Amino acid sequence: MTDTPARMTGTSSAAPAATQSGASASQVVSPLVEITGLRKSFGAVQALQGVDLKLAPGEVTALLGDNGAGKSTLVRCLTGVHPQDAGEIRFRGEQVRFHSPDDARQLGIETVYQTLGLIEDLPVWQNLYLNHELTSGFGPFRVLDKKSMIAQSSDILSRLDVNVPNVRATVRRMSGGQRQCIAIARAANWGRTLVIMDEPTAALGVRETAAVEELIARLREASVTVLLISHDMAQVLRVADTAYVLRRGQTAARRTISATTGDELVGLITGAVQGDAHA
Amino acid sequence: MADTQAPGRLGLDFSVEAAARYAAPIGLGVVFLIFFIATPDFLTTSNISDLLVSASILLVLAMGQQLVVTVAGIDLSVGSNLPWSAAVLGYAYTSGWGLTVSVGLALLAGLAVGVVNGLLVARLNMTDFIVTLGSLSVVSGLTLLLTSGNTVPVNSDFLRALAINGIGPVRWFWVLAFVVAVLVGFLLYRTRTGTYLLSTGGNIEAARGVGIHVNRIRLIAYASSGLACGVAAVLFVARTGGADPSLQTDLLLSSIAAVVLGGSSLFGGKASVFGTVTGALLLQSLINGFTLLGISQYYQPIAVGTVVLGAAFISRFQK
Ligand SMILES: Nc1ncnc2c1ncn2[C@@H]1O[C@H](COP(=O)(O)OP(=O)(O)O)[C@@H](O)[C@H]1O
Ligand SMILES: [Mg+2]
Repeated sequence: MTDTPARMTGTSSAAPAATQSGASASQVVSPLVEITGLRKSFGAVQALQGVDLKLAPGEVTALLGDNGAGKSTLVRCLTGVHPQDAGEIRFRGEQVRFHSPDDARQLGIETVYQTLGLIEDLPVWQNLYLNHELTSGFGPFRVLDKKSMIAQSSDILSRLDVNVPNVRATVRRMSGGQRQCIAIARAANWGRTLVIMDEPTAALGVRETAAVEELIARLREASVTVLLISHDMAQVLRVADTAYVLRRGQTAARRTISATTGDELVGLITGAVQGDAHA
Repeated sequence: MADTQAPGRLGLDFSVEAAARYAAPIGLGVVFLIFFIATPDFLTTSNISDLLVSASILLVLAMGQQLVVTVAGIDLSVGSNLPWSAAVLGYAYTSGWGLTVSVGLALLAGLAVGVVNGLLVARLNMTDFIVTLGSLSVVSGLTLLLTSGNTVPVNSDFLRALAINGIGPVRWFWVLAFVVAVLVGFLLYRTRTGTYLLSTGGNIEAARGVGIHVNRIRLIAYASSGLACGVAAVLFVARTGGADPSLQTDLLLSSIAAVVLGGSSLFGGKASVFGTVTGALLLQSLINGFTLLGISQYYQPIAVGTVVLGAAFISRFQK
């Protein structure tokens, strides 16, 4: 069966439960997620060729790179959509192997995929509660609690500056910006440990983008770790603590935001600035 | 059954889209009107009563097909799964295993075909069309082997009573078909599994991405369709008094046609139980009216096929 929970194997001896110790202490605190030597190919295309990356708990980490660098593939490996070919993923120090996104979800990981992952013909409220449905009754007689879900959908959306007049309307009727906000609100609402956002503000206006950045700040305050993929350097400098740069499927550099500039990051992305792999 | 449509604009909307959405009820009305004008025998209590009994078998099949279509699949094996389940019922009954056991075995036989379809499609990722086309052939062969090609008579007073009797004017067949339709509607619109069926059909990548076990969900759809074939087979045997291994392949097209007429998308993710019920009634009314008018049997497949093509044409305007 594909629903076996994430198998926790390997060494977990030295995994102190140090989590809420602030952002700047990332070097001493054990990472929430540690990826080493991750590889993934699609036929002849080597999308990931040995990625190393650490996500410090409670921090916002930016993942940068040109189109085709492998950012989305990394996200999909990290959330259990693709099994990796080689390399390992550790979550809170323990090696995990996600067989399906459900395994990642059960560890409190939620994702805004670049493709958003919404079901167009289902209403907004049902998308917000997808695989987190509220039910009433018990055992095999559990029935969807539509009333509660519809009522609370507005609350979930209200964290973002998004105008969805009717949560009973299908997602098909929503604009690109509204859809993106719905996907972000969903992930932020259910993410307990890690929220991954793959280019979340690409289709958003200035006001909506500001609201998303505010939401990221709020997640950070609530000690939820965030992995943010963005092409907007100003945004990265505003919200992130750390940035990783991917180049052709490899980790090219790691930078602390307070010690870098937008120009340096852009240079690292394009290759104009030499990286320092395995940083 | 309530759909997930948002409240539209007020007032009558005679757009093509609206016509497409209500194709089945409109068609049903038109067919009733035509046959009512054409023959006094159509709109009589006894004819409508019989029409609904025949429609019950198709309706049960179409409900299974509805679930498969909801997950963007198609079940072609219903054409031979019904005769197969019927043959198992006949074989078990004539072997003296008693009616309860025989009916149970028939349901299991139908379910088994559905489970195999589901495993091949969902687990092995084989194309639904090819898988169910293959099992259509394999299962029809199994049926011929089991029966040596002969009709198996089933003389059961209980089954005969099931086909003829009812509560007052309400026949047992209607009750059964109604219960099946309500169960499917409940499953689709009131349970988590229903949400996952719609999600898997609507956008399988997105459904997988949020952690829905899409393979399990597709398996459930095919298994349900198999079970529906088993139920329909019991009704079929009750109505005809036996299991004919060579009959009723037209039920395959009709079951798909009912779903398409009802406005469900063959691309998945959209289901209308009410529409499918209406579609099944429409097709059965056509066949019934043709028979009453003494129009040659040979025209029936032409008429049914034309209606299906018409529905497919109209569905192009549905978005
Ligand atoms: N499902 C897939 N099948 C085949 N190739 C893929 C698939 N997903 C990604 N790729 C390839 O892997 C490389 C990295 O893609 P991606 O991870 O989407 O990059 P990014 O998100 O950084 O733009 C690209 O060359 C892309 O064409
Ligand atoms: Mg990408």
